[in-house]
Parts: sequence; structure tokens; C-alpha cells
Amino acid sequence: MNAELVDILLQYLKAFAVGGGICLIAQIIINVTDLTAGKILVYFMLAGVVLTAIGVYQPLVEFAGAGATVPISGFGYLLAQGAIKGAEKGFFSAITGSLSAASAGVTAAVVFAFIMALLFKSRTKRS
Amino acid sequence: MTGKSRDNYNENYLNYVKTQDPPTQHLKNCAAAFGVGGLICCIGQFIRYSFEFAGFSGDELAGLTSIVLIFLGCFLTGLGVYDRIGRYAGAGSIVPITGFANSVTSPAVEFKTEGWIYGMAAKMFTVAGAIIVFGVFSGVLVGLVYLFI
Repeated sequence: MNAELVDILLQYLKAFAVGGGICLIAQIIINVTDLTAGKILVYFMLAGVVLTAIGVYQPLVEFAGAGATVPISGFGYLLAQGAIKGAEKGFFSAITGSLSAASAGVTAAVVFAFIMALLFKSRTKRS
Repeated sequence: MTGKSRDNYNENYLNYVKTQDPPTQHLKNCAAAFGVGGLICCIGQFIRYSFEFAGFSGDELAGLTSIVLIFLGCFLTGLGVYDRIGRYAGAGSIVPITGFANSVTSPAVEFKTEGWIYGMAAKMFTVAGAIIVFGVFSGVLVGLVYLFI
């Protein structure tokens, strides 16, 4: 097997392990404390912000790629990273940097949710 | 009266409910969360590689990857597939960015019947609003801290 293919497969494995691991932590927290989905999302996003600010999350992103950026903590990483980069440019960018970095995600969520609301009807939930 | 003690009536009833509840299957739950969460991240990695192959890089690459994932999350929520995945995978479907998309789309579709402005648009941010509020606030804090140190 050539080295490049091994690298790519290894990257998938790392993404699976780290991404799955973050979800596993969340599931354990849910099982133990009965936190709702919304609170889990907020706490994990905040954890991403804090871990990025103290410099722990960046190495994790470099190691695991999508495994660290796809979970919601990666959204926090994006916000904090934008703020840190903005702080290098000055006061204004330090304040606007975080939301600018997250604008792609927020815009996509709003636009696509709008389109889905136009296209689909709510269905009765089957449990 | 049925002869049941009225003392601690609610407490007794809750205890009774607990005995009838199916036990939470912790191990199965966790395995499903790990597997599905990991799989969604692998899909993200695949999308990332695809855009990289198409010549994108840096912030553009990361942004496009999350846009595609959010689209998938929204679309599957609209079809009603994502909720079914969610019942099986728990946190494995909540924590990835597709779960964020789900938390935006699900109320948007559901509350459409209450009108476009107070229903669809306002309810869209039930969960996402909290994420944006705390995200922006903590982001500004981080920016200010890095500015002054």
C-alpha cells in the first residue's frame, strides 16, 4: 500500500475515534445527569471555546481533523479562534472576530432551515 | 377511597413509575453514540477531503465543509430521518454540527403552523439562540482577553 493512502485511512480512523469519543462523553453525561439536548449543545460549545482559549483544542484539531471540528465543540473552537485572530488586528476585530468566523455555519443553518420549513410539513412524531 | 395511604402519594406514585420504566441501557446507548458520532465525523472528513481535492483551503475549506454538513442535517430533519437516527444514537446525533442543524430546522418546520414570524422564525432559535448568545459572549471575552495580554 502506498503511504498516502495509509495516511488518509489513518486520518479517518482518528476522526472516528475522537469524534465518537466526544459524543461518548456527551452520552455518559446525559445518562448520568438527564441534561436536555439543548443544554448539552451549549455546554459542549462553551467547552470548545474554553479549551481553544487555553490552547488545548488547536492540537486536537490538528490531530483529529473533522473528528474535532464537526462536533459542536468545533463550533466553539471556530468562535474562539476567530476572536484570537481578530485580537491580533485590534480592538474592533477582537470583538467582531468570533461571529465573523462562525457566520458560515449560522447563515447555512438559518437559510436551510427556512427552505426546509417551506418544503416540509411537520409530521406527528412516532415513538 | 381505594385504601391507599394519602401520605407521600406523589412520591409513592413516582416510585411506582420508576419500577415500570424500562431500564436505561447505558452500554448500548454509549456504543451507539460513539459509533454514530464517529461516523458523522468521518462523513465530515470525507467532505473535507473532497473540497480539498477540488482546490479549496483554509477558512473556505472549513466553512464549506460545515455548510454541507448543516445542509445534510437540515434536509434529513425535514424528511424526518434525523429524528429516527436521534432516537437510536442519542448524543451521537446531538453533538455533531448536524445536531445543531437539527435543533434549528426541527422547530422551524414544526411551528410553521403558528405563523411565519412568531412561529417559524422565532422558534427557529429556541436552542440555537442559546448557543449563539453564549457563543458570542464568550467569544468576545476571549477576544478581549487576548487583546490585553
